[in-house]
Amino acid sequence: MDWMNQAAVSAQKSDAVFFYVFGLSVVFLIGITALMIYFVVRYNKKRHPKAEQIDGHVGLEIVWTLIPLVLFLSIFYYGWTNYDYMSQAPRDAMAVKVTARQWSWSFEYPNGKQSRVLFAPMGKPMKMEVRSADVVHGFFVPSFRIKIDAVPSRTNTTWFQATKVGSYDIECTVICGVDHSLMLSKVIVVPEEEFKAWYFGGEDAPEPGKSFRAAEAHPDLKDMPQGLAVLTAKGCLACHSVDGKPKVGPTLKALYGREEQILMAGTMKVVQVDDAYLRRSITNPTDQVVRGYPNAMPKTQLTEQELNEVVRYIKSLN
Amino acid sequence: MSTHASTAQPSYLVDTGARKGLMAWLTTTDHKRIGLLYLYSMITFFFVGVGIGFVMRLVQLTTFQKLISAQTYNALFTVHGVIMIFLFVVPGLPAIFGNFFLPILIGAKDVSFPRLNLASWYFFVAGAILAVLSLFTGGGAPDTGWTFYAPFSLKTGTNVSLAVFAAFVLGFSSMLTGINFITTIHRLRAPGMKWFRMPLMCWALYSTAWIQLLATPIVAITLVLVILERFFGIGIFDPSKGGDPLLYQHLFWIYSHPAVYIMILPAMGAISEILPTFAKRPIFGYKAIAFSSMSIAAVGSLVWAHHMFTSGMSATANMVFSLLTMIVAVPSAIKVFNWVSTLYKGSIDFQPPLLFTLTFIFLFCIGGLTGVMQGALALNVHIHDTYFIVGHFHYVMFGGTGMALFAALLYWFPKMWGKMYSKKAIYASWFPMFIGFNMLYFGMMILGMMGMPRRYYVHLPQFHTMHVVATVGSWLLILGLVMFFGTLLYAIFKGEKAEDNPWGGVTLEWTIPSPPPLENFEEIPTITHGPYHFEQQEAK
Repeated sequence: MDWMNQAAVSAQKSDAVFFYVFGLSVVFLIGITALMIYFVVRYNKKRHPKAEQIDGHVGLEIVWTLIPLVLFLSIFYYGWTNYDYMSQAPRDAMAVKVTARQWSWSFEYPNGKQSRVLFAPMGKPMKMEVRSADVVHGFFVPSFRIKIDAVPSRTNTTWFQATKVGSYDIECTVICGVDHSLMLSKVIVVPEEEFKAWYFGGEDAPEPGKSFRAAEAHPDLKDMPQGLAVLTAKGCLACHSVDGKPKVGPTLKALYGREEQILMAGTMKVVQVDDAYLRRSITNPTDQVVRGYPNAMPKTQLTEQELNEVVRYIKSLN
Repeated sequence: MSTHASTAQPSYLVDTGARKGLMAWLTTTDHKRIGLLYLYSMITFFFVGVGIGFVMRLVQLTTFQKLISAQTYNALFTVHGVIMIFLFVVPGLPAIFGNFFLPILIGAKDVSFPRLNLASWYFFVAGAILAVLSLFTGGGAPDTGWTFYAPFSLKTGTNVSLAVFAAFVLGFSSMLTGINFITTIHRLRAPGMKWFRMPLMCWALYSTAWIQLLATPIVAITLVLVILERFFGIGIFDPSKGGDPLLYQHLFWIYSHPAVYIMILPAMGAISEILPTFAKRPIFGYKAIAFSSMSIAAVGSLVWAHHMFTSGMSATANMVFSLLTMIVAVPSAIKVFNWVSTLYKGSIDFQPPLLFTLTFIFLFCIGGLTGVMQGALALNVHIHDTYFIVGHFHYVMFGGTGMALFAALLYWFPKMWGKMYSKKAIYASWFPMFIGFNMLYFGMMILGMMGMPRRYYVHLPQFHTMHVVATVGSWLLILGLVMFFGTLLYAIFKGEKAEDNPWGGVTLEWTIPSPPPLENFEEIPTITHGPYHFEQQEAK
């Protein structure tokens, strides 16, 4: 089954604890249920018309306090030691800065290379330094059994050492707004040489793992108009289309000059979209919400130059 | 029954005061009527919550074509959580059965503060109305999940402030009920009703009341801080103003984890009442059960941060909270062993309340064991914030508290309304409910192990099969619920008249007529022995 796919050492550590607890649980559950059914049948009033008035048994109470206590403590200890391994990255791990924002992931490597999916060499420890640009998110790779929250103002870390080449889901696990469930990415685990070729290669170096992720090709920022590149990098296109298709937010196609009904400070207004409107919508999105759309857009930090490029690009869509 | 045929007092269901009909109910200070007011309002909210759950499951049935938008879906799971937690599971058993039976079980005529008791119900209704209003006013229904995690809850344009204020008002209802019960148990026990002669339901309500009283103010203050932060930007939780998002999580869970025990302790109390009656013998290990209730209340207040193992707390904090979590599992295990042993060498009269009690034990064991899995750190990292936890807490809250509430309802139904329901119809409702329940929530736990995160509007294709299984399970479960409550509703109006003591119970509620008279006892009884004393009955 898919969830048995152990693709990292941490997965083996976590699963070992799972099987230990699961085994104990099954024994306990079957035991309790069988005993319950047996008593109900054996001591049914037809077979056993007179109940024996038993108040309790101190010895038994002590036994069934101590045995569970010991078992629970063993579960604690096993869970703790394996977690200790899972939470402490080795010193030679490559540190990748992971930035979560509504609703996308980005990864930055020690040499400054950036990507939208996480490339990782097989068998090498990789340390994730997870931050958030806005609200709390969760960085989760089910096949590695690792998860750490991305909390604004903090840097949380986790690490993994992949044991299988392949492509694995990254999912956000903390509710972060309207497109929480689309806040996905991939870990692409490739042989070390292939990773190095990309990592040490120039800007034109081919991205690793193309063979098994052809379908997931993502647009190359270099070839885009600058405004579009900003929109792509900041994740805006998750909600706003540039081709007129309806999404979570209004489309950007033919937006400039359009008349929009907006909710502003509690009242409905009609405005014509101009530079000032666009800038305000980006820097303070909750101030003016277009009628019929949810009040869901996060504030996005853009430099003055990025803002200019975005506005220019939106104008060009008319 | 015959001994009470001559009773002069009319039943509490008959209006005897100056006001009649609805007004008599809305101004009542009778603990039994207030219990029923809670029951009717809560079952209504329960079905609203069920309806929302039904729609959420339908959304997961389709991978792409969606019935509702993502924003609406996020609002639905938030509202489902708020309704089910704050309007049903947390107040449920104490407010309904605590109100109705606590005074009767200890031989009192009413609670200590009857007017305050009615005020608690009005707080409850006011909170409920505010919660409903928050859906349709301001920026629309809140979309943060019932946990309102900062800073998202501070930034979202939806109506978080009003929803949070509703929870704040509901907190008052909970605290006032807590004060009332503590005082009642201390001051109004009948002569001879020593602490260790109280039925175990009273012990459970007593420990619950202390948590309600001590933990609820913390969440109330936290929620006020969220409102202040949203309106005035005071910067307690918002990191861009120097606040700490983790502080919010700590404050939230300092209440909301003990709240889990507010939910489950009275359920355990009700189970401890039902078992002796149908086994016709005393509960096994009375003191062990009473003390385990108190120790759950105490240790349960120290485990809150096990909701935050992946939040970036220090490894030491994680270790300590994992250890304490394991320790709090022990008293729950003790209770399970004692319950099962209560069946040993009894003379078991198998009736619908017992079926639901055994169902409770089975489902609660699964809920508890999967809780232990989450307490184990290495495993928690994988299953935290996935469908595993969603499945787990439904086993505890619904399979535990919910099933116990159903069992208690079946057990005390003849006493409360003086009518008996169709036992066959109840047995018939059990099958779809039990099968549907396990398909739905065990399915969710498998999804969680596979890596399906919670609160997802769309799911990745590998999760689809299990989602279909869970959704079909939800239909069976709802079918069972409708049959169950349909049967009871029919019985209220058309049921046969019930005897005063249809199950052969020996606690005080079975010594008075069904339905009970306004002041419960013609004469306050004098207690000479423990609560589950069956020898006397055999002698008759």
